Order: sequence, then structure tokens, then C-alpha cells
Amino acid sequence: MTARTLEQSPVHHQGADVPPAGPGAGDGGSGGGGGILADPARLGLWLFLGTITMLFIGFTSAYIARRASAGWGGELTPPPLLWVNTLLLLASSVTVEGARRRLRRWQPGVAAWLGATGALGLLFVAGQVAVWRSLVARGVLLAASAHNSFFYLLTGLHVVHLLGALVWFLVVLAKARRLRYTPGQDGLGLFATFWHFLGGLWVYLFLLLFVF
Amino acid sequence: MATHAAHAEHAHAPQAFIWKYVFSKDHKVIGIQYYVTAMLMALVAGLLAMLIRVQLAWPEKDYTWLGKIFPMGYDVGGGFGVMRPEFYAMLFTMHGTIMVFFVLSTAPVSGFGNLLIPLQVGARDMAFPFLNGLSYWTFLPGCLVILASFFVESGAAAGGWTSYPPLSALKGAVPGSGTGQTMWIIGMVFFIASFTMGGLNFVTTILNLRTKGLSMFRLPLTMWAMFLVAILGLLAFPALVAACIMLVFDRHYGTSFFIPAQIALNNVPLLTQAGTPLHQGGSPLLWQHLFWFLGHPEVYILMLPALGFTSDILSTFSRRPIFGYKSMVLAMCGIGFLSFIVWGHHMFVSGMSPYLGMAFAVGTILIAVPSAVKVFNWLATLYRSRIRFTTPMLWAMGVISLFISGGLSGVWLAQAGPDIHLHDTMFVAAHFHLIMAGAALFGVFGATAYWFPKMFGRLMSEPLGKVHFWFTFITYYGTFFPMHYIGIAGHMRRIYDPYQYEFLKPLQPINELITMSALILGASQIIFFVNFFWSAFKGKKAGENPWEANGLEWTTQSPPPHGNWPGEIPEVHRWPYEYSNPDAPRDHVMQHEPAGAAAGH
Ligand code: HEM
Ligand SMILES: [Cu+2]
Repeated sequence: MTARTLEQSPVHHQGADVPPAGPGAGDGGSGGGGGILADPARLGLWLFLGTITMLFIGFTSAYIARRASAGWGGELTPPPLLWVNTLLLLASSVTVEGARRRLRRWQPGVAAWLGATGALGLLFVAGQVAVWRSLVARGVLLAASAHNSFFYLLTGLHVVHLLGALVWFLVVLAKARRLRYTPGQDGLGLFATFWHFLGGLWVYLFLLLFVF
Repeated sequence: MATHAAHAEHAHAPQAFIWKYVFSKDHKVIGIQYYVTAMLMALVAGLLAMLIRVQLAWPEKDYTWLGKIFPMGYDVGGGFGVMRPEFYAMLFTMHGTIMVFFVLSTAPVSGFGNLLIPLQVGARDMAFPFLNGLSYWTFLPGCLVILASFFVESGAAAGGWTSYPPLSALKGAVPGSGTGQTMWIIGMVFFIASFTMGGLNFVTTILNLRTKGLSMFRLPLTMWAMFLVAILGLLAFPALVAACIMLVFDRHYGTSFFIPAQIALNNVPLLTQAGTPLHQGGSPLLWQHLFWFLGHPEVYILMLPALGFTSDILSTFSRRPIFGYKSMVLAMCGIGFLSFIVWGHHMFVSGMSPYLGMAFAVGTILIAVPSAVKVFNWLATLYRSRIRFTTPMLWAMGVISLFISGGLSGVWLAQAGPDIHLHDTMFVAAHFHLIMAGAALFGVFGATAYWFPKMFGRLMSEPLGKVHFWFTFITYYGTFFPMHYIGIAGHMRRIYDPYQYEFLKPLQPINELITMSALILGASQIIFFVNFFWSAFKGKKAGENPWEANGLEWTTQSPPPHGNWPGEIPEVHRWPYEYSNPDAPRDHVMQHEPAGAAAGH
């Protein structure tokens, strides 16, 4: 992130010719603090994940409160396609790690593994749309019960986040293809963190909506 | 590679006007943009307050002339104009919304936060300058949407700044529940998005970009306030986003998150064609919980910066180290933490288990402890000091005064018993205007006078500043103190004509007094705007350190150049409160002066 380049804090002074600490670099940090405190971009990302988490905690508390009153419904069961989508998304977390490992070892194939990640992500989105359409066709409507409402709302919001991640993905892909990443740099790692987070969030939402 | 880019970028500050002053990535420009925008919004919200006050004092007068300016607001017929009740609701709703979010969350936090954070932590800019610029350009459309909502056909939102359902959830409930409420939601989403971008920047910059030697416990208290405020914002606003999303679904897609079954619109029950309730099981209380989970931390988002400014200004002008620095930090952390677990005190009469109410009451009263710590520390800082009565110092002492008087009524309201009597009366309006609105506003004025050199390189006029302070201070109390009495006497808030009730008629003279005071208060703000613009262009040149203060921002030019320090960034050797150290050669030692300076070698 060139965003960081203006500053000259001691943390970076000492590490001026060492690349920012990525998971691979693991320099333990010097000066002001190691790990996450040595990398503004990573800290910013984690803070951002914190706010998204709070957003879904807000929805969760609403979900729990709302479940106790009338009009909840609750007869909605997960359509089989939803399991497939879940597997697709989890697989994409594996492929993005594959890309990272190749980059770290400076092996070829980074772009291919990344491409697989993006494709799986797109398939997931398409799969979610298919789930909604089949449910609507079956007469499972948004306003018919509060459980339905939460289902569409939460899955929809998750897809919105995923689409945002896919835009970021395009940037990452372009940089990877033009060899803009060197092993020490962690733009890909940041993206991977966000991507894993969305995978984890999906599993959580799945459990919330259908298991708990 | 990164460092090369740094030097290149540093050397070639943008030259074109549009990149330098409009779409700037420089934190100082962005801070000033935020500040000026917020102050213009304050003008609007202040004018709305004047309309509110005029109506409350003389609802029976002829307002034909106002009807000409606000055609949708007044019924003019037969040569006589009266305010429409729904217009009054729009007035206080938009007044509250604009003041809380677009003025007093913005000017101190986004305005002074952006201006001061890199200067006080010793960084060349914020951690993510592009995101910073983007955040302002997300904020501005939010302002425009909010302002534009007055001009849509059915008028602005009218459900209060809290936007409780069902007024906010049923599009047909009152005129403002239609397009106006939609625009309220859109404006808020823009605001929250921009505030979130700012928050990410604040926390990251303060944690990551501190200069050498500047440990967290050497930060000025203003920086601690900004740090905590950013965290509060990042953690609390998502709850309101969640609530707004559900509200949109209720409004437009027929869901029942907040709308219960037993509900009627214009006395007609809302039913489906089959005769069953249109909505089922939704709970307006759910909105209240989500709203206040944000709402209470939000009032500390307004207040904490003012408390930070006050500490720094107080120390500078009493020429004393701030008393109990670490306890100040702890107190702010404590306030920040407690603010997340007390939201229920806004809902004592909404219906909740008495045991839960008790828990919320106890939590709320606990906040008095860190608050008192701060007040005693301030008083101890002042005690037997040689005060320099500059304009910023007057404002800082004003903050302390308001913080005490507003805090005392807070202890009443914190308990469910008294609150059942006082809830939704003018007593509450008095309380929050003193502690939240007043303290934050005075903090902004103080900070403006204090850091004006770092904005424009000049000092504000002291005589004008003092006149402005005394007028504001006296009329502020004149406006809001009597509201306690009429509130206890039963004068409810959010009512366009209190005198439709026999028992409120005797209160009219007090309301007239309040309004006169409010009108003077409003008019006195002209002094500020004149002073601001005059001083920005014609004020006395400030020099680097006009107040003989210690922070890093005073080690560079006024205004600081692009990149903040022309040469190396200074290193830090001490905290910023080294005043009147008997061992030092001067009465103050700046943060960047090496150890020898303090010992007097
Ligand atoms: C110029 C000085 C001000 C005057 C004369 C003034 C006057 C008033 C009055 C009379 C009300 C009560 C209206 C009613 O309930 O019927 C009110 C409401 C309110 N004011 Fe102010 N105010 C001023 C400044 C501020 C500031 C600086 C803030 C900043 C936080 C603020 C925030 C609010 C809020 C949140 C409400 C509640 C709105 C609602 O009920 O939804 N006010 N104001
Ligand atoms: Cu509160």
C-alpha cells in the first residue's frame, strides 16, 4: 500500500529495507511493536473485520430477540444447493492459500490458483442466486415469516460483502499477473485474510439460520 | 521501494488547485474541509432551533411571514399563519440529527482529529491518506441528502433523531415518514460509512505511526480521546447500520422486524386482504435496543474529544502539568467501556424487566465515578495555578462547568424511578443540551481558538473571542437551565404547542425567557463566524508556538507544510505536560527537547 509511504515512524525506519512484516517474513517486530502493529494495512484490515463482526453481532442479537415472538415461521430448511455452495466457498479458501504458498516460495502458478479462487467465488454467488430463485419459486417469500426475512437479509448481505471482495480480488489478480508482488509483500495475504473471514462468516450464518 | 515513493511524493506535493484543496489527501486540508462543512451544518441546525424556540414561546402569534419562507411548514389562511404540528416534528428531528451526527460528531472528531492526529503523534500524514480523502467525499453527499430532504414534497423526517418505529417504519404514518425518512436513512448510511473510514485511519495512525520515543503514555490526552472515539465508532455504529437495513426492509419489502401485528394507520388496522394482520410479531423495542446500543456510545463520541481538548488547553494555560495523567487515561477508557453497557437507561419507560432496569441504572451511575475523576483532576490542575485567561482557556473552563451541571442531572435520570417522571420532558432536553451538546460545542470553540494557528497560520482575535465566549456562556445557561424547571413541572418535549394543556399555560413566561435567551445565543454566533473568517485572512501571524505549549504540533510552522515537518520528524523525550518544572530553565519544556533541557544543563 503506497498509502503508508509518507510516514517515517521508528518502526519503519528500522525496517526500511526489510519488507513489511508479512506472515512469511515473521521478523517478530522491532521498535514500536511487532506483528500486527508493524503493518498498518493489516491492522486496518483487522479493524475493518471488527466492524463487520459487530454488524453481524447486531443482526444476531436481533435474530435471537425476534425469534421469541409471533410470526417467526422457522419451517425453512436449508436447500441442498446451499451445502454445495458452502463447499465451493470453503474450497476457495483452500485455493487462495495455494496461491499464497506459491508466492511465498516464489513458485509459478500463483495466477492459476488465484483464478481458481475467483471462479469458485463467482460460482458461490451464482449458487446463492439460484438458491433464492428456487425458494421464491417454491413460495418461500421474504415477508412471509421473520425467519424467511432473516434468511434473505443475511445471505444477501453476505453476498454483498463477497462481491466487494471480488472487486478487491480483481486488483489482486492484476497485480499478481504483472508480478507486482514479491515474496515479502503481503497484499495477497491481506486479501486472503478477508476471504477466509467471509468464508467463516458464511459458516457462522449457516449455523445461525439453520442449526442454533 | 516504499521509501523512494515516500520521498518522491513528499517532494512533489500536488500543485493543481483541485488536488491540493478539493480532492486532497493531506490530513490538514481534509480536517479543515470537515470542520468547515460541519460548521455550516451547525448554522442550519441552529436556525432550526431558533424556529423551534420561537414556536414554543409564542405559538399563537401570526407567522404568515415564516409561511412565505417555509410554505410546507405553516398553514396560512385568512391572513393568519400557524405552524403545522408535523413541521415542528421535522424541525426537532432534523435539528437533533444534524447537530448530533453532522456537526458534533464531525467537527471535533473528523475535523480536529484529522488535523491533529499526525501533528501530535509525529507522522507525515494519516496511515491511509486516500481512504481519508474518500471519507470526506462520502460525508459530503450525506450532508447534501439530509439538507435536500427538507425540499421533498412531504418534507423531512419527523420521527425524532432516534427515528423510532412505527413512525419511521410505516411510510404513511406522518408526512415525514415517507421520502423524508428514506433520505434520513440514506444520509445516515453515508455518514456512518465516512465515519468508519475515519475510524480505521485514526486507530491505525495512532497505534502505528507514532514517532520515535512517543509511547502511548506520552500521548496528549486529545490523542487518547481520538483513539477511544474511533474505537467506539467502529464498534457501535454497525448496530445502527443493522437496524437501518432492517428498517428499509420493513418500509419497502413488507417484513416485520419492527412492526407489530396490532397496528393501525389513520385509525385503520393494517390487514391483508384475507383480514389477517399485515405484520406479525415485529417489535419497536428491538429498534430502540439497537439504536441506543449506538446512541449511548455516540454521546461519548461527542464528548470525549471535548474532554481531551479541555485537558490539553487547561494544562497549557494554567502552566501546570495535567493532574493525574494516567487516571485521566483510565477514566476515559472506563467511560468508553461503560458506555457500551448502559444503553437501557433510555428505555426505562419503554417496558423492560425491573431487574434489567436496575442493572442499567447501576451501570449508568457508575459512569459518574470516572467522570468525577476527570473533574477533580481538572480542578486540581487549576488549583493555585497562575491562569492565563485566553479565549481557549475560557472555553475549556466552560466545558468543565457544563460537564458538572449536566452531569448532576444525569445522576437523577440514571435512576429508573425519577426517570419515569422526567422521561420525555424538557428536563431531559436541558440535561443533554448541557452535557452533550454544550460540552462538545464549547470544546469545539476552544479547540478552534487554540489550534487555529495550525489551520491558517494566524491567531483568532482575542477580544472578539472573549465577547463571543461570554455571550455564549451566559445565554447557554439562560436557555437550558430553566428547562429543568419546566421539565419537572411536566412540560413534555417534542410538542409544538404546549399551551393546549391547561396545566402548562403558566409556564409560558419561562418559555418566553428561554426563547429570548436562545435568540441572543443564536445571534452571538455571528461573532464567531466573523472572527473566524476575519482572522483566517487578517489575523495576527501566529508563529510556531504562540501559546508556549509543549506538543509536537508546536514544533513546526504554522500552518505546517505538506508533510508536516520541513526536515526530520522530531523525536520525543517526554510527555506533553512539562510546565513549571522548577529544574528547567524555562517554564515549559517541549516534547522533543532532549533530556538535558529539563534538567537545566
Ligand atoms: C443553538 C442552541 C440550541 C437550542 C436553542 C436548542 C434547542 C432545542 C430544543 C428547544 C429542543 C427540544 C425540542 C422539542 O423537544 O420540542 C431541542 C432538541 C434537541 N437538540 Fe437542541 N438546541 C440547541 C443546540 C443543540 C446542539 C448543539 C445539539 C447537539 C447535540 C442539540 C441536540 C438536540 C437533540 C439531539 C434534540 C432532540 C431532538 C429530538 O427530540 O429528536 N441541540 N433543541
Ligand atoms: Cu445514554
